[in-house]
Amino acid sequence: MDKYVCMICGYVYDPQAGDPDNGVKAGTKFKDLPDDWVCPVCGADKDSFEKEE
Amino acid sequence: MRQLEIAKGVYDVGVTDWNIRDFHGYSTYSGTTYNAFLVTDEKIALIDTVKKEFADQLIENISRIVDPKKIDYVISNHTEMDHSGSLPRIMHRVGEDKPLFCSKMGEKNLARHFSQKWNYRPVGTGDELNLGKRTLTFLETRMLHWPDSMFTYLKEDKILFSSDAFGQHYAGPERFDDMMGDAIMPHAKKYFANIMMLYSPLILKLVETVTSLGLQFNMICPDHGILWRKDPGKIINAYVKWSRQEDNEKKAVIVYDTMWHSTEIMAEAIMSGLTEEGIYVRPMKLRECHRSDIITEVLDAKAVIVGSPTLNNGLYPTVSDFLTYMKGLKPQNKIGAAFGSYGWSGESVKLVQEELTAMKFQTVDSGLKIQYMPDKAGIEKCEAFGRKIGQAVKG
Ligand SMILES: [Fe+2]
Ligand SMILES: [Fe+2]
Ligand SMILES: [Zn+2]
Repeated sequence: MDKYVCMICGYVYDPQAGDPDNGVKAGTKFKDLPDDWVCPVCGADKDSFEKEE
Repeated sequence: MRQLEIAKGVYDVGVTDWNIRDFHGYSTYSGTTYNAFLVTDEKIALIDTVKKEFADQLIENISRIVDPKKIDYVISNHTEMDHSGSLPRIMHRVGEDKPLFCSKMGEKNLARHFSQKWNYRPVGTGDELNLGKRTLTFLETRMLHWPDSMFTYLKEDKILFSSDAFGQHYAGPERFDDMMGDAIMPHAKKYFANIMMLYSPLILKLVETVTSLGLQFNMICPDHGILWRKDPGKIINAYVKWSRQEDNEKKAVIVYDTMWHSTEIMAEAIMSGLTEEGIYVRPMKLRECHRSDIITEVLDAKAVIVGSPTLNNGLYPTVSDFLTYMKGLKPQNKIGAAFGSYGWSGESVKLVQEELTAMKFQTVDSGLKIQYMPDKAGIEKCEAFGRKIGQAVKG
């Protein structure tokens, strides 16, 4: 599963880990994150993320 | 005037803002400084600038050492206007085509703030700039505390220019830690609590990175307040402790406001209960205490107890203000509790409770509300409420 990087702060969303602190279960793909999910570090929205190369 | 040689050929050319008392909503009772640094070698580099209205002073300070035109490189560690506000004036004096070093995000953000087409040289962690006998190394520190933030490290002298990190809003005759001892720590703590607290996890990571890179510091030079030269480790250790927010003291902060003293009487009775349990208590009334001072007390407290009267079926406005502020700063590992007096509808306690829960505070009670003035039985309830919280604080 692809990891995604926040272009604002560098946080990496790893689908294997999810974002349990914010109600996202481990194993959730980036595209399946809810639309109102934001970067847990800087608060940027999903559009600020790019696939990690 | 304030230019000072802090190491051979390295100067502090910053300025002192003696009279500022409100720094973007942060109370600055002692004023602050905007530090900027000139490193002179075969090439000359200026690290950071100052707030716009102090540009003349900065230029004057530089001119006493060297003609500003002789500056070869300008470095912007952070885009926020207290450090970049004088960039247009500086670039004009230094030369509009001179290289301007900043992080990738710095380039984006500076371009948004200023319309000039400067000669940007975006740098990342590990990139170096040779000045002749000496070298500057860059270290990106995104979100400490803006996306553009970075540090600059003068390798041979082991001096870290840390931008806002490790700073303090303090203006005084002292320029170094050894000139004032522990008296600087409350200012550093307040700065951490209000500016850095929410990025605690990143600070811990950064300290790990710095340790693994084996970086050593003879001096840490932040962009505000005094410079750490006697014991740079002291401020690093303090940051680690504040970031962990684990070993909170047996301390409770009672944050409240009151209309006709009922919520205040409750606060006092809750305080008695906590004191009986041996807890150190700081009651802070919102209309008297500045939110930035309250947050400083919250930083190392185990419990935050919030009291609000019900006004027009809702929270008292200063309480909303405080809760919004505290939520943004993301305090960790706290016990929370809500209380308040009301006349007829009494929504406030539930609203405070919801906010504290949303902040992941561990709530020890569903909240205590009392109609109109607390009577003898009401006072006893408040004291019991205080004891209950006190026991939870002791764990
Ligand atoms: Fe800043
Ligand atoms: Fe600053
Ligand atoms: Zn982010």
